[in-house]
Amino acid sequence: MKAWWRFKNSYFFYSFRRDPVALVSFSVFFFLVLVSLFAPVIAPHNPYDTSTIDVMDAEIPPSWMDGGQERFWLGTDIQGRDLYSTMLYGLRTSVAIGIGAVLFQGILGIVVGLTAGYVGGRVDGFLMRVADIQFSIPYLIVAIITSAIFQLAFGVGRFEQLAMPLLILIIGISEWPKYARTVRASVLGEKQKEYVEAARVIGLNPVRIMYRHILPNTLTPVLVISTIQVAQAVMSEAALSFLGLGMPVTKPSLGSLIKAGFQYVFSGSWWITTFPGILLVTFTLVVILFGDWLRDVLNPKLYKG
Amino acid sequence: MFAFIIRRVLQAILVMVIIAFIGFAVQHSIGDPVRDMVGERVSLAEREALREQLGLNDPVLVQFGRFCWKALHGDLGTSYFHKRPALDVIVSKAPATLELVFGATVIILLFCFPVGIYTAIRPRAWFSRLVMAASTIGVAVPVFLTAIVLIYVFGVELRWLPTYGRGVTVNVGGWDTGLLTADGLRHLILPSVSLSSIMLPLYIRLIRSEMMEVLETEYIKFAWAKGLSRWRVWLLHAFKNTLLPVITVFGVEIGILFAFTLLTETVFQWQGMGFMFLEAVERSDTALLVAYLVVVGVMFVVINTVVDICYGLVNPMVRIAGNP
Repeated sequence: MKAWWRFKNSYFFYSFRRDPVALVSFSVFFFLVLVSLFAPVIAPHNPYDTSTIDVMDAEIPPSWMDGGQERFWLGTDIQGRDLYSTMLYGLRTSVAIGIGAVLFQGILGIVVGLTAGYVGGRVDGFLMRVADIQFSIPYLIVAIITSAIFQLAFGVGRFEQLAMPLLILIIGISEWPKYARTVRASVLGEKQKEYVEAARVIGLNPVRIMYRHILPNTLTPVLVISTIQVAQAVMSEAALSFLGLGMPVTKPSLGSLIKAGFQYVFSGSWWITTFPGILLVTFTLVVILFGDWLRDVLNPKLYKG
Repeated sequence: MFAFIIRRVLQAILVMVIIAFIGFAVQHSIGDPVRDMVGERVSLAEREALREQLGLNDPVLVQFGRFCWKALHGDLGTSYFHKRPALDVIVSKAPATLELVFGATVIILLFCFPVGIYTAIRPRAWFSRLVMAASTIGVAVPVFLTAIVLIYVFGVELRWLPTYGRGVTVNVGGWDTGLLTADGLRHLILPSVSLSSIMLPLYIRLIRSEMMEVLETEYIKFAWAKGLSRWRVWLLHAFKNTLLPVITVFGVEIGILFAFTLLTETVFQWQGMGFMFLEAVERSDTALLVAYLVVVGVMFVVINTVVDICYGLVNPMVRIAGNP
């Protein structure tokens, strides 16, 4: 209760309430996450349940158009799946991959950044050089080539089975240097402070100092980049799936839906690509807007002038 | 300075060895070169003899050494599908990709400066607000959606511009260019516009914020106080000083532009390196994939090394700070 009271009276919550962009973007983001969590409950059809899918239902336009049916609010895709339900499940997959990839790259980056920043010396030089080298190659190239290699190594069938964990791995690998750099930079700032000195004098072991004392004080910048990284990861997933290197069409994600609809978009069935596209843009837009706001509020340089 | 260059080049070589090793590991563990050569209908004994002849039974390090040696001589294996040396295939596709990047760069440079400067000096004008809102949304729209919308509007509805392929190209000294024919240029418009759409919002924002920062400084106030003309202050005094950070970022971002050509080429069926790479993945053409990996690796390592050395020449701080 006390924590809630403190939160309610904090500058953070105050500026959140005062900023319409933050309010709207966070509400939409929260709503979309809820919808994706409860997709199996909300969705009228289950796109994974092949017994309810009929190919004869394929490419039915949205219900308000000529030839549309009440059963399928936003129409159906080429396999006869209800597009509305498929989109909900697709959003679920995309959000899961986005958050999973950010967690993975975050943990990897934090461990590397913390070690490099605290231990210093040769370890620091080596780890940061590795990060620099990977950073100099665009993340998308790294992700595309990694997933191409995985696809060849596993074979297409096996890759499609494992698509989700593999995508988390791939996007995580392609983005960790950003975390490593951010964490290292703030560890270098924290390391000089008295409380670290004190902890060292008591004789705590370095791992404990790193994770229990320094890490909590470096989490603000991590939180700030994490929001943007979720948007980035969702977009990477969409890009990989669009190239045919991500989620297969049988396992809907926003990217694979856009890809599936792309071949039909100019022959009249515009809805298969358009609606998932709008959903994808909405999701990334609100995450980016919220992330921008978060960065402005948590930035100590701007904090209260 | 000399020591810095040596260090930087040594590091570049090390990175190249690592990339070559990844490429070698992929080639070594995926795909069977013997099967690629002779197919399925050859007896086991004959295969074994061929393996021995090709040196596939040698120790791994020996094979890796051979791989590097061949790569240094421009031999990155033979594409299984194209039946040509993989490097030749990539080189023949490179002009398409480079022209796409070039087209997008031209569009970015044409628009980012005037728009960026305008939004900085008139931050409250309706046009500036529109640009800022559009650039926020632009960051969130993936390049393939932009491309699909562009194709729909200009290709399907209005029928103004072609939407796939490169059109008529002419060969100038081994370089297939679409820049010299009207048809080739028309084909280039939509792909480069959609490719530029990922970077243009970022650039406009960058120039705007840099320019606004510079406009607050003392020397600009002094220039106003001297009674200089508005254009002189804006362009000569303020804009010139926003250029340095912009150029710095530009060198890095060109690589990102290259990465996004993969998506653009897929949508527009642009016959470039990215399109070729994705086809190679679909056909399990390991040799071509490895060659692509090595070529892209070389490209980025060379670009980064050159950029770093240039920084080192301009800014002595980098030479020391970059090497703890």
